[in-house]
Amino acid sequence: MVTLTAPEALAPAATPAVLDLADAPVRELNQSLHNAVDGQSWTVTNPEGKHSLAVGINADVSVTVEGHAGYYAAGMHQKGDVTINGNAGVGLAENIMSGTVHVKGDASQSAAATGHGGLVVIDGNAGARCGISMKGVDIVVGGNIGHMSAFMAQAGRLVVCGDAGDALGDSIYEARIYVQGTVASLGADCIEKPLREEHLAELAELLAAAGRPDNPADFKRYGSARNLYHFHVDNSTAY
Amino acid sequence: MCGIAALQLRNPSLHPQMGALLSSMLCQIVDRGPDSAGLAVYNTPGLVSPGTSTLSLLGKDQGRTTTAITSGLAAMLPADAGATVKVVGDTTLVSAAVGTDLLVKAVSETLPGSTIIGRGEHVAVMKSVGHPMQIAAEHGLEAMAGSQGLSHTRMATESAVTAGGSHPFSVADDLCLVHNGSFSNHATVRRSLKREGVVFDSENDTEVGARYVASRLTQGDTLEEALVNLGNVLDGFYTLVVTTADSMAVVRDPIACKPAIIAETDDYVAMASEYRALAALPGIDNARIFEPEPGKVYTWSL
Repeated sequence: MVTLTAPEALAPAATPAVLDLADAPVRELNQSLHNAVDGQSWTVTNPEGKHSLAVGINADVSVTVEGHAGYYAAGMHQKGDVTINGNAGVGLAENIMSGTVHVKGDASQSAAATGHGGLVVIDGNAGARCGISMKGVDIVVGGNIGHMSAFMAQAGRLVVCGDAGDALGDSIYEARIYVQGTVASLGADCIEKPLREEHLAELAELLAAAGRPDNPADFKRYGSARNLYHFHVDNSTAY
Repeated sequence: MCGIAALQLRNPSLHPQMGALLSSMLCQIVDRGPDSAGLAVYNTPGLVSPGTSTLSLLGKDQGRTTTAITSGLAAMLPADAGATVKVVGDTTLVSAAVGTDLLVKAVSETLPGSTIIGRGEHVAVMKSVGHPMQIAAEHGLEAMAGSQGLSHTRMATESAVTAGGSHPFSVADDLCLVHNGSFSNHATVRRSLKREGVVFDSENDTEVGARYVASRLTQGDTLEEALVNLGNVLDGFYTLVVTTADSMAVVRDPIACKPAIIAETDDYVAMASEYRALAALPGIDNARIFEPEPGKVYTWSL
């Protein structure tokens, strides 16, 4: 699991290079980022909802997108930090491995799906299926999340400062979910669990990493009841 | 996939730009469905006029000259109906100062092989096979004024790539429906509608949705009620946009499989499959932008 670092503790980035997507194709942006070396920083202007912005970054670089991103922004993120000063479309930070992705606005469906590691922060709301099949990523959502979030979540932490939609944590394995607001309904094999000291500490660390002022004690914890780990015919209707 | 772009202009000063704005939205959703496209425009001068019914016919060539069609219609309509026939791109528009039912009857007898793809006092519907931007250009969308507009780029899944299978489906006066997704039980619903006497033009699953909504509206449902009922009857995954003479509605299936994003300002409400279709709209930076909730019907009226 990733070691979390508060944003203010990060080393200051060098003067950012500006790439204007009104003049350059997304391919040029991504190629530049793939050629980048540790410590560089980039500002991307006029994204206008274009797809696949800043995908597959594999260096410790800092990228700021000034505006709304389309589908699959910061997908397959390996290293570094991506900040989107706007909304993000479907599949934000899909399969993120490490590093951080921060969306200042809302994110659409399937944010951080299958993420293996790293931290994804969404200041606004996230749509349906947030953290679906998450495998180690940490996700902090400032607002609400949609239905079927953390479906088949295997590892990692999902923190929701607002409300969660229906079927939260359906068929969840070992990921941990913290929700401050209401949960419309819990999915199969997902239950509320006690919030012990180690969870309060973990939650405090995640909230701090996301730069959020929320009080960990106001959250509830959810996780797997572990009834569906092994197939049992009596459970056949529960899957 | 499939791409949807819909725009309702609240500020009349934007009406002259309706076609240009819709065209800019449309060009961003071409990738989502490049095989065919359809357009619906409301209150567009030159295409429709108040007090006059307009039928949109599929195809620019109806097998007869426009003069012959006009004469044929004039012979079947009251003397003061003033029937006119106009070819716009790949669409033939027939207008007369009579009710739509009478005009439909006259067209059906004058042009027995024609397919009516739009009807009403306010709407003109245009659809064709080919690249969506080419279709928009051929119909002159860019220069069209209007109060609201709807466009759809299709990636055919449930029926053949034909102009008749393109969206929107407009099966009642001033009613249009476009769809991204598919209905899994459309054959069952189609059979039950047929038993009620509903006649279909295509094998397209979306036409079933449009005919269902039209049927519910006839039975007294509001647009919102009709779409709630549609959610109870039609199975599948969908984002739908439905427009009437003065309303626009958006609804997604309860699992929200298909994308949708809405931008609302004092001047307009715009809906598209993706944000990038909205990016060039005026004042978008200050718009309220949100994704419609699954299964919830949103309506706006002019």
